[in-house]
Formats: sequence, structure tokens, C-alpha cells
Amino acid sequence: MTTSYTLQNNKITHMNDIKLMAERVNLYYGTFQALRNISLGIPERAITAVIGPSGCGKSSFLRLFNRMNELIPYARVEGRVEIGGVSIYEKSVNVVELRKRVGMVFQKPNPFPMSVFDNVAFGPRRHGVSSRSQLEDIVQRSLRQAALWDEVKDKLGQSGLALSGGQQQRLCIARVLAVEPEVILMDEPCSALDPIATLKIEELMRNLSEEYTIIIVTHNMQQAARVSDMSAFLMMDRDRAGILIEYAPTREVFSRPKDRRTEDYITGRFG
Amino acid sequence: MSNIAARQTSQRYAYGALIAATAIVVIPILCIIVYMIVSGAGAINWEFLTQPPSQAGKAGGILPAILGTFYLMLGTLIFALPIGVLAGIYLSEYAGDNWLTRLINLAIINLAGVPSIVFGLFGLGLFVLAFKFGMSLLAASLTLACQALAMIITTSREAILAVPGEYREGSLAIGVSKWQTIRYVVLPQAMPGIITGAILALSRAAGETAPILVVGAAFFLPRLPTSPFDQFMALPYHLYTVSAHVPGMPKVTIWGVALVLLCVVLSFNILATVIRLRSRQRGI
Repeated sequence: MTTSYTLQNNKITHMNDIKLMAERVNLYYGTFQALRNISLGIPERAITAVIGPSGCGKSSFLRLFNRMNELIPYARVEGRVEIGGVSIYEKSVNVVELRKRVGMVFQKPNPFPMSVFDNVAFGPRRHGVSSRSQLEDIVQRSLRQAALWDEVKDKLGQSGLALSGGQQQRLCIARVLAVEPEVILMDEPCSALDPIATLKIEELMRNLSEEYTIIIVTHNMQQAARVSDMSAFLMMDRDRAGILIEYAPTREVFSRPKDRRTEDYITGRFG
Repeated sequence: MSNIAARQTSQRYAYGALIAATAIVVIPILCIIVYMIVSGAGAINWEFLTQPPSQAGKAGGILPAILGTFYLMLGTLIFALPIGVLAGIYLSEYAGDNWLTRLINLAIINLAGVPSIVFGLFGLGLFVLAFKFGMSLLAASLTLACQALAMIITTSREAILAVPGEYREGSLAIGVSKWQTIRYVVLPQAMPGIITGAILALSRAAGETAPILVVGAAFFLPRLPTSPFDQFMALPYHLYTVSAHVPGMPKVTIWGVALVLLCVVLSFNILATVIRLRSRQRGI
């Protein structure tokens, strides 16, 4: 595995350091193997798309990096997963601290049933920020970053559940941004949204990728082609375990796939 | 055509049967309430509600019984609510899915089905005799708390489990600890359900006669309890004594006591319903 990649979607072609790394990772749920021998490096401040057919372990792969797989009973990880060169499955790693650094946005927008303000301030408050003016700054900054400020600045006291689906998802992104993570994991963030809301989120992702390392799981080939710098294609092995078929800059994966299975999938021959 | 006509007929019969079944349930309850009001309202006056009884309850009021019942409910609440909610949190959020947890859940469900007199005897043995609390408000509160616990744990557990997992994930995914997630996301969501369950458990405790009979309720005590170790009067037991053990008791007084007890229990049930409806309106 090389340690840097040339990015093509970004205007300037520059070399990004590896932010996240998986090395020979196996993931089991009880006796079922969900991921097999996955190795790859995710570049910093870029968007990496994870594509592949349903049930191939894309979400499980994503959740390796914030250890959310641990919420499932009997989940077990083998191999090494690193963030910034430090292994995250060591006993010494505080999983709460890790998840502060590696935020996550889910498939279905899941704002808490509280006001817009309280939704965004939730993380900082739990992490010990109590000054009202500081919280106001954080909320405004996060909502601006999430391209939602102009739409909600007059209704910060309203319930987050009263927003539209696309706004709710951007609220969830703002909630993640408020705790100042380094990495944002997105698990099919647009699959519950209409095309216009989807485009807004994609534009937002492009802007965020200048500061954050983003991994997005998506079912939508066009979306992967549009937004990502790198693409990883996962597929099921004969025993349904997820394996990495191809990982390369997005343009290469979509224009000259090296593997026949990748080509079949992105041209819609299966999946 | 005839097929449709036949189906319409059977539809009418089914509808009629459902209405009849509902009426069979509702009408007697309404009759009881109306009969109670008609027979007991004559006894209700300021003196009845604010004076201690005299002449074995034939004269005076029932203030010690009303207050005794409120003290009992307060005591039950103080002991049962915190323990019940904490146990509910443990069982729903922390306990692993194993045979021990299943056994505990099964035991709690069965606890709710134990006859109340058995709780009374348990309280007599443990709180009155072993802990030497004597026949007292404290012993009775603890006994009723044991009985209410089963219901409070079960409803708390259900209310907590009903909070969607996506809220927990959303909180955990931004580095909020599990306990903070429970405290600030799950519990506020589950609170209406927990409170409803607690109120219903309390209203049931308020109506219990058998358990308090053996752990501290007084037959006739025309003064207010002065400490938790004092004996006390309570509405259900007072109703039992005046209706079964006092010869020459005016009927209107008996129905008056019953009416007051019913009002206490019903007002708690209505409160629980209001809380549930309001939380539903908020869309939670």
C-alpha cells in the first residue's frame, strides 16, 4: 500500500497524507464473517466513496473507523485500524474520545427531538462547554459550515424534527461538525432525500473535504463519481463476506476499472 | 348479489357483537360510579373531609384516612420510583442478553402477579419484624413499594426500549458517553412512559387493603401519624372496617368513604392519561 495518492477532482493535484488505514482487517459477527482481509489507506482532506452491492459490508467497513460495530453483540475485529498512525483497537484507546474525532452521519436523518439549537449544541455541552456565548458561536459556525444557517437562523428554537428531510440531514452534519471532528463518516447520507436536497449535501461535502477527511458509503454510482476523490469497490465473497475488489482514484475506477467485476457493477450488469 | 347481501348481514352481526361486548364492559362501570355518587355524595361535606372520625367512624370525618393514604403513596413513590427506574435502565441498556437477564425479567413479570396479601406477609416478616420497623407507615410504604416495583421496572424498561436506536447512535457517534446518552437523550424521551407507569402503580397501591392490614394500618386512630414509625389509617382499610366491622354504620358514610377512595384513584389514572396524551401531542 502506498502512502499517498494523487487526487484528480481537486483543482490542484497534490499529495495527501494517509489519515485512516486498515490493514488485513477481518470483521466477524459471531461466526459470520462480514469483512475479509481488507487493506487500504484513506487520504486526508479528501472524499473516499465506498460502493458495492447490498449486504457486501459497506456499512460495517465504515463503522470500523469509529468502532460503532461494537454496539452489535458478538462483533469482533482482527487486524489493524489506524487513525493518524495510531491503532484504534488498543485497550488504551478511549472509544468516546475516538468518536469525538471521527463523527458519523447516518442514512436516515436522526435529529434529536429537541430544538435546532440544542441539537447542534448537544455534543459541545456533553463535552463540557457551558458558556452560552461560546455555545452560540459554535452553533452558528457549525450551521454555517453545514450550509443551513440562512434557512434556520430565525427558528433556532424550533424542533429539529420540524425541518425538511434535507435540512434535517444538514442539521445532523452540523451536529457532528460542532464537536470539531477530523473525520466524517457518512452512511448513505442522501438515500432518504430528494435530488435537490441530495445535490445540496454533495456540494456541502465538497466544501467540507477541504478541511475534513470524509468517507461516504453510497448506493448511487453517479454520486460516487460526482463527489469522491477515491473509490473503493466492495463485493461479497462466496461465503458472503465483504472483500475489497478495487481501490483507486475515482476517475480510474469509473473509466478504466482493472477488475472485471468492478466494470460489471458500475455499468449496471449486476447489483 | 346474494353473496354481497350475506356479507353485509354478517358484517352487521359482527359490528353488533363488538358494540354489545363494549357495552357489557362500560355500562356496569358507569352504573357503579353513578350509584356511588348517588349513595355517597350526601356524606361528603367539609367536616367529612377535614375532621378525624369519632364513635368508631360513625361520626366525624375521615381526614386521617385520606392523609394516611397520601403519606403511603408518597412513601411508596420515594422508595419505588428511583429503584424501579434505575433497575429499568440497567435491564434495558446494560444487562447482556443472557439467561440471567431473562430469568430476572421473568421474575419481575411474575412478581407483578403475586397476590398482594403475600406481599403483606413478606413485609410483616421483613420490615415489621426483622428490621424492627414495627407496624408503621414506613413498613407499609416499603411493602407497597415492593409491590409497585414490579410494575415500575416493567414500564420503565418498556419505555426505554421504545426510544428509537437511531437517537442513541446519533449521540454515541459524536463522542457522547453511554451514560450521558442515556441521561440526556434516552431518559427525556422515555420519561412520559415512565411517569405514566409510576402513577398507575401508585394508584394501584393506593387502593390496596390486604398488604397494609398486616403491616401497619390502624383500625381506628382518630389522629394524624406523627412519624414514619407511627401507625396510620388508610382509605381502603377504613372502608373495609366501616362496612364490615362497625354495627349500625350509616350507609351514606360507607358510600362516602368509597366515593373519596374512588376519586383519589381515578384522579391519578386521569393524570397518567393526560401525561400520556400530552407527550403524544408533542409528537414524541
